[in-house]
Amino acid sequence: MGKEISKQEYQKMVEKKSPNSPILYNCIKAFIVGGIICCIGQFIMNCCRLFGMTIEMSQIYTSSILIFIASLLTGLGLYSKIGHFAGAGSIVPITGFSNSVTSPAIEFKKEGFILGLGAKIFVVAGPVILYGVLTSVVVGVIYYFLL
Amino acid sequence: MDYLKAFIVGGLICVLGQILIDKTKLTSARILVFFVISGCILGGLGWYQKLVDFAGAGATVPLFGFGNSLAIGAMEEVKKVGLIGAISGGLKATSAGITVAITSAFIMALIFNPKEK
Repeated sequence: MGKEISKQEYQKMVEKKSPNSPILYNCIKAFIVGGIICCIGQFIMNCCRLFGMTIEMSQIYTSSILIFIASLLTGLGLYSKIGHFAGAGSIVPITGFSNSVTSPAIEFKKEGFILGLGAKIFVVAGPVILYGVLTSVVVGVIYYFLL
Repeated sequence: MDYLKAFIVGGLICVLGQILIDKTKLTSARILVFFVISGCILGGLGWYQKLVDFAGAGATVPLFGFGNSLAIGAMEEVKKVGLIGAISGGLKATSAGITVAITSAFIMALIFNPKEK
């Protein structure tokens, strides 16, 4: 009672309390973790190339393996720890996409397999796939008329 | 050498994401959508493929690469089968990634329970 605060006041309080976000420090962490994830990707890709795969095939294998690893780490509860440290360094790579598919799937399992797990698995993947596919259709149509 | 290029280019793309997060307070879902759309546009213009040729996994592992694959897939398919390729090409090129993401998410959800806080 009497504790109601308007949204703006709350915003101000948050800004006061939270340490002034050290952007540079965050960027360095994102740079290092993102770079490392890409190097792991490069390693997998080079291995695929050693087995005589085409560049396209090895790219598909690389993203599939990275997605699986990130999904496993999410299940083990380790990915959120990396994310806490790395910020965008763990969101922007494809592993972040995988994390955003797996973590709601695990969290909403208790609400049932259809409307819980089944629906919530797309809570972030849905918008990503929707807008990605939409853009690719536009690109394809424009390409058709330019061809 | 290709590791160094992958590290620097991939790292810089993540820094771009970090600046977006810190400056605009966008949620991570919005960041992911933003990256896929821009990757798709850059791919459509044919610019992103040059970065992929230069940096390898440094360019394909960030979500820009996912958008780029969507665009490249649509254009390749248009070349092969005409206008219908604009509809089928994008998902065709990215089907492996999406399928691995949802099937492994399903398996992990069967195995693991949410962490208690």
